[in-house]
Amino acid sequence: MIGLAHYLTVSTILFVLGVLGIFINRKNIIIILMAVELILLAVNINLVAFSAFLGDLAGQVFAMFVLTVAAGEAAIGLAILVIYFRGRGTIAVDDANQMKG
Amino acid sequence: MNSAEILLILPELTLTIGGLILLMVAAFAGDRVAELTNAFAAMVLALALGLLLQGHVAAGPIFSGSIRIDAFANFAKILIYGAAIISLLLAPRFFAREGYRSEYPILILFAALGMSIMVSAHDLMTLYVGLELNSLAAYVLASMSRNDSRAAEAGLKYFVLGALASGILLFGMSLIYGFTGSTNFSGIALGFAGAGKLGVLVGVIFVLTGLGFKVSAVPFHMWTPDVYEGAPTPVTAFFASAPKVASVALLVRVCIEAFGGAMADWQQIIAFLSMASMLWGAFGAIGQRNIKRLLAYSSIANVGFMLMGLASGSAAGIAAVLSYLLVYVVMTLGSFLAVLQMRKADGEMVEDIAALGGLWRQRPALALALAIFMFSLAGIPPLFGFWPKLLVFSAAIGVGLIPLAVVGAIASVIGAFYYLRVIKVMLFDPPSGVEFPVSGGWMERGVMGLAAAYVSIFGFVLVGPLAHATHHAASALL
Repeated sequence: MIGLAHYLTVSTILFVLGVLGIFINRKNIIIILMAVELILLAVNINLVAFSAFLGDLAGQVFAMFVLTVAAGEAAIGLAILVIYFRGRGTIAVDDANQMKG
Repeated sequence: MNSAEILLILPELTLTIGGLILLMVAAFAGDRVAELTNAFAAMVLALALGLLLQGHVAAGPIFSGSIRIDAFANFAKILIYGAAIISLLLAPRFFAREGYRSEYPILILFAALGMSIMVSAHDLMTLYVGLELNSLAAYVLASMSRNDSRAAEAGLKYFVLGALASGILLFGMSLIYGFTGSTNFSGIALGFAGAGKLGVLVGVIFVLTGLGFKVSAVPFHMWTPDVYEGAPTPVTAFFASAPKVASVALLVRVCIEAFGGAMADWQQIIAFLSMASMLWGAFGAIGQRNIKRLLAYSSIANVGFMLMGLASGSAAGIAAVLSYLLVYVVMTLGSFLAVLQMRKADGEMVEDIAALGGLWRQRPALALALAIFMFSLAGIPPLFGFWPKLLVFSAAIGVGLIPLAVVGAIASVIGAFYYLRVIKVMLFDPPSGVEFPVSGGWMERGVMGLAAAYVSIFGFVLVGPLAHATHHAASALL
């Protein structure tokens, strides 16, 4: 029987993968966008699993909001990336160092 | 839902409808009408502000408890709309060199709408939607100057770290929903009693981390200096004022209304964030050469002082946070108005602190105004910037947070060093050779003068009404 704990384990693994993807990856900014999507996916699994477990619809409604906003976020992220690429001709993470950060 | 509830969100509706109409106008007429769009956007915000000032305040949650219109939210909204109007007024002249575009006023309108929803949020879903509406507009604003590679880098960094923060915040919200069984703040507060302690605590920590990113508290501040430096200066002025108000107010509301049952837990976290922000904001600013980076560290340190008021968790502490927000917004917008005057004859902006050398002889009024803002940000007593600092310290001492107050006092002494350095450069350094002819309209200089007058000793005249308004707003929460 697959219980709540299994879902939470999967979502936690996905979340950690997403966070690591942002911090460890030094190559490509597109990978960061994918990692952000992984994090949001983990959140959605959490919400839907809790919603089913609690017998409460709010979690699933919330998941819909997250999906929608995530789509908008990805679009804006790609748009900024295009501007950045036009100016620099590269999308390597290590090259984003014009300002000391 | 009924018509009475619709009336309560009239300011938000004004922003929504005004923003959508202007969006259509701008889409069809293009950038030719940019200045006109700007003026109309300012008018829409002024209308919303007017509705807010004369509207009746209902304390109850509306729309099935997802939104709460109360004195606390209204106080924050007044600050947000005011800061947004100033950010609109100072923009056209700055962008004149590269061509002003209609996107700026429209994005500011939508960001203000998002912030408005944030400070009224009484449900995790409303919170998230408001926060994202604000953030998505902000990412685009940061990279507005398409031909400036620094702006693109700023936008990119802001986007990546902002998206990460939203993800962490959402993960925390999902855990809180799971372990308390509700997304509503009242429901969460009720659910705290019966919930499994550990799961909820992990959720609280994730949510505070996510919100810590948004208020740029140390150790989640790393995006702030880069974004402030890279973004166009009017956008930086906007970022340093309105979203700061919204995210600090949101953090206060979440901590008090939703997590009120776990006060002992979040108090430690907020106290730590506060200490770290005050200290790192002071130390990090010391070596800075760029005035916008310096103001970024200044905003980090100021957020630390605001969190000190929140850490006290008392009504006096919340009122102190609100007073601090008001004075901080005036000081910051004033400083940025002064920075916007650092413009050569051909319109090129200068951001180097060393270029301020000898400003006192060249533009005495500007130098005086900037000196007042710097003294006030440093919290030196006769000036009004001292007042909110005193309030947060007394709130922290009032609940026995002595170590926090001591660290705050040390940090403000260290912080005074870099503020005074700017004044020293202006007054005593030899002329840098950079000429700043009088630029900017009477409106910019007038607003700067008023802000300087307010944060000099004249602010004390209005202390009574301010204290009344902030205590009234704080009592709506506690």
